[in-house]
Amino acid sequence: MGKISGYRRPFPGTQPNFLHPSYVSSIKRAPKKPLIYVPHTLTEVTGPVFERKIVDVKAFDLTKQHSGEPVGERIVVTGRVLDENGRPVRDTLVEIWQANAAGRYLHKRDQHDAPLDPNFSGCGHTMTDSEGRYRFVTIRPGEYPWGNHHNAWRPAHIHFSLFGPAFATRLVTQMYFPGDPLIPYDPIFKCTADEKARNRLISQFDWESTVPVQALGYRFDIVLGGREETPMEHK
Amino acid sequence: MSLQASTSQTVGPFFIIGCTWLNRNEIAGEGVAGERVTIEGRVVDGDGKPVPDALVEIWQANSQGKYAHPDDTQNKATEPNFQGFGRIPTDDDGKFRFTTVKPGPVPGPDGKPQAPHLAVSVFARGLLRRLVTRIYFPDESGNSEDYVLNLVEPERRGTLIAKKIAKPGWLEWNVVLQGDGETVFFDV
Repeated sequence: MGKISGYRRPFPGTQPNFLHPSYVSSIKRAPKKPLIYVPHTLTEVTGPVFERKIVDVKAFDLTKQHSGEPVGERIVVTGRVLDENGRPVRDTLVEIWQANAAGRYLHKRDQHDAPLDPNFSGCGHTMTDSEGRYRFVTIRPGEYPWGNHHNAWRPAHIHFSLFGPAFATRLVTQMYFPGDPLIPYDPIFKCTADEKARNRLISQFDWESTVPVQALGYRFDIVLGGREETPMEHK
Repeated sequence: MSLQASTSQTVGPFFIIGCTWLNRNEIAGEGVAGERVTIEGRVVDGDGKPVPDALVEIWQANSQGKYAHPDDTQNKATEPNFQGFGRIPTDDDGKFRFTTVKPGPVPGPDGKPQAPHLAVSVFARGLLRRLVTRIYFPDESGNSEDYVLNLVEPERRGTLIAKKIAKPGWLEWNVVLQGDGETVFFDV
């Protein structure tokens, strides 16, 4: 092997610390010892490659996964996956999962007293195209209460999971909706110190992807770690 | 153009609804060459309690030390039934188990081969970012020379090395998120 370029480390403040005491679940799960810095080797600059053939319409249209229409407001969520150098991340897997319109997840441990929807499972996946674009059709998720503190409510959100080109670029994040009054009170949203960085998790209403008479569009762009320009010595 | 990578958020307690379709605890398909190994373990929190809502992902090379990825330009063959990716959620007792082939050595940053290892990501409710660690193999002569293991203080290296158990071909490797015996996690 010749020289290998690693991926850039996150800009300081733009990623959460593991311990964020106002998010109570982090208290017993955050490691206490500092992480050990590892230079990127072939292990970290490679990662799973998924073939396009795994995708069918039901995978990215969450309103078409059952015999009937799910309850709630249909929305289109689109965006681009770019790297820090502004280049599209092509043919990369994007997975999403979310609560239904009433704020209930199809999960045995979700005991929120809101109805399940027999026509909505709340999960999907797709691959980005050659421009790094992705598109999902879904239902706007509901807000829901959780046990973190007294009268705690999560803002409406959709979970996103991305692989990118390498083990080093793996990202799991959440997309929020513009104008949601719960966002400023949410300890998970607020776990990132850098205000601009966390505000980038809020999607934007988007006329371009809005479908007349059908669905409002929201745009959510995602940036994955970019490649270092100077290759490291790596024989 | 210079952008900043998006900020990470927890997978939350209900990731399983979105991730099951890609669950994979048989990493090596039929006919894949190499020494078969089953690795089982548990994820526990700072109180030693099992973490029943964690997700373990594996990334590894094949038995020749070749990654199924275009950036691995080593002159070694990939195998059609081997992608090198595994995804295993923990059960109600925090346990996970997967079967694979032991990977071969891959080049390291010091020019020497790295000892055989699996790259691991751990996700869970309460983890605002993924945790990254590695699984190494016991009785492996390359471990003492391994670049990454040597970045770790000797008394903590054991958390990265799977242990033999009574069943032949089985290994145990646990994830301690916090406290006594805390697993070594990496900044990658």
